Amino acid sequence: MTVAVVVFPGTNCEQDVAYGLGVIGADSELVWHRETDLSGYSAVVLPGGFAHGDYLRTGAIARFSPVMHEVTRLAREGYPILGICNGFQILCESGLLPGALIRNRDLRFICRPVEVRVRSTTSVLTAGVEAGRVLTLPLNSYEGNYVASDLPSVEVVLEYCGPDGETSERHNPNGSMGSSAAVANSRGNVVGIMPHPERAIETVLGSADGRVLLESFVGSTARD
Amino acid sequence: MIKRRADIADPQGSTVGAALRALGYENVSEVRVDKAITITLSDSDPRAAEAQVREMCEKLLANPVLEDFEVVVER
Repeated sequence: MTVAVVVFPGTNCEQDVAYGLGVIGADSELVWHRETDLSGYSAVVLPGGFAHGDYLRTGAIARFSPVMHEVTRLAREGYPILGICNGFQILCESGLLPGALIRNRDLRFICRPVEVRVRSTTSVLTAGVEAGRVLTLPLNSYEGNYVASDLPSVEVVLEYCGPDGETSERHNPNGSMGSSAAVANSRGNVVGIMPHPERAIETVLGSADGRVLLESFVGSTARD
Repeated sequence: MIKRRADIADPQGSTVGAALRALGYENVSEVRVDKAITITLSDSDPRAAEAQVREMCEKLLANPVLEDFEVVVER
């Protein structure tokens, strides 16, 4: 049961992800983006950063990295796939998740803790968390504004909210449609999340709320 | 030319529009910031060039969720 943590040129959160997975007792290995065989891994994480320099559009070039053939195959076979921040952007560009991520509404890079509410527990990331629970996670992105042409059809699993779980434009830091902080595919095995659960893994870091999400993810098995 | 689709917000365009209005250009009703990509090909059949660049746009250069594109061939 080893999680593959994919490293593209420009990825910079792979050590945080590996550390976070280690804290919850999960084994992981860093995998270079030119890898063409991910057989034997139980799940895949695409970490944050600036894959291929974010040139053209975030995730647009990473989508064509050799490893993405395997990520797509595992996604189709129902394996748990998680994209965090830039990884979320790559999953959208790859067509493994609906929608896209554009610049924040206020054109400012956002780097602060935010509250998110668990809206759906059907995904591998949220299956082990009670619906409605409010988590504090660090947000760290410039292109975190989620857009989708058919939002009602999108499975939003986490939404930005206030301290008591209330959703409003005031509590939507980046302008994301439907206050979406994390979305899943219809099967629930592929999830993209904009805030960083791996940086909220111990109370000394300000929050340990990311643990329940990563525990749910690594505790999930491939879905039919 | 890669253009943000009309139904997708363009925060950069809105900010540039607000700046132009603040400079006194009060008749500016909308600004969209688009992207121009210039590609040089080594062969010279304009119809083949256009078809090829359209394919490049569909595969990589534009994201259909966000953007439309126009191809202009110059010799």
